[in-house]
Amino acid sequence: MAFTISINGQTHQVDVDGDTPLLWVLRDVLGMTGTKFGCGAALCGACTVHIDGVATRSCITSVDSIDKSVVTTIEAIGATPAGAKIQKAWLDQEVPQCGYCQSGQIMSASALLASNARPSDSDIDDAMSGNICRCGTYVRIREAIKLASNG
Amino acid sequence: MKHDRTALLATETNLTRRSFLVTSAAVGGGLMLSLSLPFGQSEAAGSEAFAPNAFIRIDSDGQVVLTMPYVEMGQGTYTSIPMLIAEELEVNLKQVKLEHAPPNEKVYANPLLGVQATGNSNAMRGAWKPLREAGATARTMLIAAAAKRWGVDANSCRAQDGEVIHAQSGRHLKYGELAADAAKLPVPANVALKAASDFKLIGTPAKRLDISGKVNGSAMFGIDARPPGVKFATLAQSPTFGGRIKNVDDTAAKAVKGVRQIVRLDDAVAVVADHMGAAKKGLEALKIEWDDGEHGGLDTKEVARLLEDATLKPGVVAQNIGDADKAMAGAVTKVEATYHLPFLAHATMEPMNCTVHFRKDECEIWLGTQAIARVQAFAAKAAGLPVEKVIVHNHLLGGGFGRRLEADIAVRAVEIAKQVDGPVKVVWTREEDIQHDLYRPYWFDRISAGLDKDGKVIAWHNRYAGSSVIARWLPPGFKDGLDPDSTEGAIDLVYDMPNFHVEYSRVEPPGIPTGFWRSVGPSHNVFVVESFVDELAAAAKQDPVAYRRAMLGKNPHAKAVLDLVAEKSGWSSPLPKGRGRGVSLQFAFGSWQAQVAEVEVSPKDGTVRVHRVTCAMDCGTVVNPNTVQAQLQSGIMFGTTAALYGEITLKGGRVEQTNFDTYQILRINEAPTVDVHLVASTEPPGGMGETGTSAVVPAIANAIFAATGKRLRKMPVDANVLKQGA
Repeated sequence: MAFTISINGQTHQVDVDGDTPLLWVLRDVLGMTGTKFGCGAALCGACTVHIDGVATRSCITSVDSIDKSVVTTIEAIGATPAGAKIQKAWLDQEVPQCGYCQSGQIMSASALLASNARPSDSDIDDAMSGNICRCGTYVRIREAIKLASNG
Repeated sequence: MKHDRTALLATETNLTRRSFLVTSAAVGGGLMLSLSLPFGQSEAAGSEAFAPNAFIRIDSDGQVVLTMPYVEMGQGTYTSIPMLIAEELEVNLKQVKLEHAPPNEKVYANPLLGVQATGNSNAMRGAWKPLREAGATARTMLIAAAAKRWGVDANSCRAQDGEVIHAQSGRHLKYGELAADAAKLPVPANVALKAASDFKLIGTPAKRLDISGKVNGSAMFGIDARPPGVKFATLAQSPTFGGRIKNVDDTAAKAVKGVRQIVRLDDAVAVVADHMGAAKKGLEALKIEWDDGEHGGLDTKEVARLLEDATLKPGVVAQNIGDADKAMAGAVTKVEATYHLPFLAHATMEPMNCTVHFRKDECEIWLGTQAIARVQAFAAKAAGLPVEKVIVHNHLLGGGFGRRLEADIAVRAVEIAKQVDGPVKVVWTREEDIQHDLYRPYWFDRISAGLDKDGKVIAWHNRYAGSSVIARWLPPGFKDGLDPDSTEGAIDLVYDMPNFHVEYSRVEPPGIPTGFWRSVGPSHNVFVVESFVDELAAAAKQDPVAYRRAMLGKNPHAKAVLDLVAEKSGWSSPLPKGRGRGVSLQFAFGSWQAQVAEVEVSPKDGTVRVHRVTCAMDCGTVVNPNTVQAQLQSGIMFGTTAALYGEITLKGGRVEQTNFDTYQILRINEAPTVDVHLVASTEPPGGMGETGTSAVVPAIANAIFAATGKRLRKMPVDANVLKQGA
């Protein structure tokens, strides 16, 4: 059936089964490939988006659960103050290696910073431990979040 | 000892500098394939473009385009390789655009491997001379073109920031203005390279060129390819190796909204749909009956037994020094041990995927690969087409670690695409990715040493068994029962060993495919050697650092990194109860490295926390210190994951692990701090992308021994063994 969803300030109509994960609507139906597939089971965080500002794993979020909520993806996170700070810190610290998980990392970090301007190490652990980086960029992720929170 | 930074597989090369330049003259910009570019599209050059070799093209508008023969999978080659060219070409890194190299073994082969592939930590080792020469050649020709136009001696001109300058007259011309003239000049045979003291870029912490798109979602990985009209597929492959489909009931799958087609192969079924969500739902709705085939009863224990049995018989002698048997007979103390290392999956964050458009007389492929020419050749065979009819578009890689050196994914995708009308993107679920990998081989080592009355090693005997990946992947590299990967780190040790004997038995595990995995041979050998040296230090009742140091009389490089790591880690300082420090030392991939890991073991449940890793590295000339630091951090996390969690097991012929819950990866809350210390050097660069991984696993195991007195001879760490009272 058809669903109307708001993504990055734009309204989209998609005709898919209601249990279709948002991830595939974004990537395959709408062609917004910045959000990544990693596990399909909310174990790695690569697919993280914001739903009403809350970091959410899009791979297990069915499209029929979104309703009037507002979806923000990596393509538009730079337009938010926290997202812009995080992206800048990511570039300054040169966090990405292969880069595949970084959309999800940035979305989790942006949500953290938006709700907590001065996160502690333990806050960072709590907010970021759902995001796996196989390249092991964790040292720089931590540094970048701290940099962004001081900026 | 053969501690040559570029030794590995160098005999395979048939590529000379001359063949680079001559061959590449025919591959001018205009002939280059249009690739999917992460950094901005540069249109194919017109006739005015200057392309003196296959790596550099300067368009008449002044745009400098560099073609990258080594792929970017996170290791920073798309910054360090341009640095080499830009250093000699005298351009600013901000002035260059990058393109992925198309498949062409003649032009883009790694001179150390002899094939067009990025792996074995040798991109920089292979590129160091030829790509600086490529830059210097172009610079020489641009200067010649300017000198000719001005009617002055070329020696009175110099190049700087993308222009040629004649200081005496104050004239200068931009490279773009000289491109057409330079293109008409002969390619010089010999060009002088800069002295290290003249380097402006090399050795500076250059900012990565590949990351702007990686923070806003615009970077294009293979999985992001979307040729017009693409459909989406996912698949179920036989859960046993060599199994076949007996029967498929696809009634329910076909009824799923968005499912377009079910593709049946001998040993796999794919569901093709409008989007991956429908394809996955369709896949779950399939009822597949499998014929398990001959490996249906296979268990990991059986593989271990096969390898163990093999080490009871002589293997092929990989290295012999003196007479180990005789010296062993006279030893005061004899130490014996056996070690196991498990199968490991790669688990790249970007799951395996490949997009294929199979047409009647042509096949087009989109993916991220470490070995594009191999993909092209294997895909051509699967497609039943000549190689030149297979067009491969390479992309950024969402992790490689050796997994993307393989062509199996492209072959499978072609098999599926042959039955699909139009382009199809085949994406492996994480479960399929983990259960159908080519695994880091299982290894078994039987090792012994004899010590004299002072605890000094007077005899070393090691016999080990496992799969040879090279024998399958690069058959000429496997000779007389040996290959340079399976033995790296087991022979040519940094230590003085007067009587030394090492044998290798190639044993292929039945049915289980094996592949290169970050730090390859050393991932096994360095663990065994450095764990066992630690055992010997304990048997000799000596400090692990001092014990190693006493054996380094002939190896000043190794001694320097060991001393540095001992100093920087505070090796001798006291630690709280429950904590321990462990050291490791290696020469691998052309670089010397020592690490100290500091761990804490919970007495309650035996869980291990790695708090800090200190690393001292001599990798020769450091091209980009930023990259070296990042890669060591990365390799250390990768190895820490392996030490704490990494294990693929089989039961009933099936891989037991499925996703990140059963194949765990280190997370940020578990990550150690990493301190990297580099030794200054002007020697040619060594490899470093994999070195952190092989070195950290024994450092962790040795630290656990220091903390608990328990020696782990089987990876990964088993917390049950480490519990107090266990």
